[in-house]
Amino acid sequence: MGATSWGFKKSLWVFHLNAGACNNCDIEVLDCLTPRFDIERFGMKLVGSVKHADVLLVSGFVSRKVLPDVIETYEQAPKPVAVVALGACGCTGGIFRDGYNFAGPVDKVIPVDAYIPGCPPRPEAIIDGIVKLMGKL
Amino acid sequence: MASTLGLVLNFLIFPGLLFTAIVGLLTQWVDRKVSARVQWRVGPPWYQPFADILKLLGKEILIPEGAGRTGFLFAPLAGLAAVGVVSTMLWLANIQGGGFVGDLIGVLYLLTIPSLGMIIGAAASGNPLASVGASREMKLVLAYELPFIIAIFTAVTKVSPMTLRLDGILDYQAVNGVLLGNASCIIAFIVAILCAQAKLTYPPFDVPEADTELMDGTHMEYSGAALAVVKLSQAMMLFTLPIFFITIFWGGIVLTGWGILYTIIKYVIIVTIIVLIKNTNPRVRIDQAVRFFWGPVTVLAIIGMVLAMVGL
Ligand code: SF4
Repeated sequence: MGATSWGFKKSLWVFHLNAGACNNCDIEVLDCLTPRFDIERFGMKLVGSVKHADVLLVSGFVSRKVLPDVIETYEQAPKPVAVVALGACGCTGGIFRDGYNFAGPVDKVIPVDAYIPGCPPRPEAIIDGIVKLMGKL
Repeated sequence: MASTLGLVLNFLIFPGLLFTAIVGLLTQWVDRKVSARVQWRVGPPWYQPFADILKLLGKEILIPEGAGRTGFLFAPLAGLAAVGVVSTMLWLANIQGGGFVGDLIGVLYLLTIPSLGMIIGAAASGNPLASVGASREMKLVLAYELPFIIAIFTAVTKVSPMTLRLDGILDYQAVNGVLLGNASCIIAFIVAILCAQAKLTYPPFDVPEADTELMDGTHMEYSGAALAVVKLSQAMMLFTLPIFFITIFWGGIVLTGWGILYTIIKYVIIVTIIVLIKNTNPRVRIDQAVRFFWGPVTVLAIIGMVLAMVGL
């Protein structure tokens, strides 16, 4: 088991799920891939299919409309999988917490392993959060 | 009995599955590192591909509802085994002179099996996007096989007396200098590299995988150890194809004295060409890819063949 858990720590493939974010958090996620921040240094990459995911990166406050999809996506991911709540919205609901269609935040819906607050969080903060997550795994 | 055991060991350890997998994964790291440097990034550490495979082995294998279990799980294994056999055949022909009549044709057949495995596996997964990927992969195979075979047979034509044995081609090159010294074979080599790009489904011919539109297409439904098999056979292809080209066009592998250095240099040159093409071209559409291979590339391959026939 030692080898596979070492591999898990060193190679986190991230599936990004937008659960009603205003899109600003999502832009910051893409920033992490640019030459300036280059998250591939830690072996991370964005994958297109949730079947390849090790980390579910959920941004946004989880609206009522996407609630079933968030749960289904979490169930489709092959376990073990870590969940990261991104942005003030993902952590607490942020500016949308009084909204009529607020069904979140993320940790009310699926178990969350790490929180990255900020509106939007800076790329440095995202990298910091992910590295802390790596230490925790 | 002893020789059977030897062959099994050859297939499983050196130069078959294990050796090919290790060098293939290292090559994949070179690929990712060079890509990162081309984009002014730092890139992953050297053990990255190994960590990926180890991690995938520890994850859950999900089989989609409505998928054909057998086809879905066994097709990638067939691909992996086929690449292992090709690698074993190439190395044995190179270092022991152990070929047999028609082994070149066997290699050509076996090199398509990973693609066929991906087509069967993706079609069995029952996912609409994966089946679009499978249909594109099928068209791509139809497109590149013709020029690829013509290119390889240009080398065969050039060798006199004509032979379909890998070690026959190597012996001819040992006596008469490498085939890459001829105009016809240079053309054939260029064609073969372009087809290798499509065989590896690297950009600009990554239409069956197309991360942004098909979400990894043919690989989409694979997870855990099954995905590890898929990724591993890709890495092994990245190692086997350059070795095949070195064998056919560039004098083969020499493992004595300076030969080791020359072999590594040849290998690195071919891999670098493939990686640079990968990084400097955007993805084409599937119809453009088919037109490209059946049009200019086939014409180029035929020109090479004609040149070889008139003795250039
Ligand atoms: S945290 Fe801020 S930036 Fe991110 S989705 Fe919510 S409102 Fe937008």
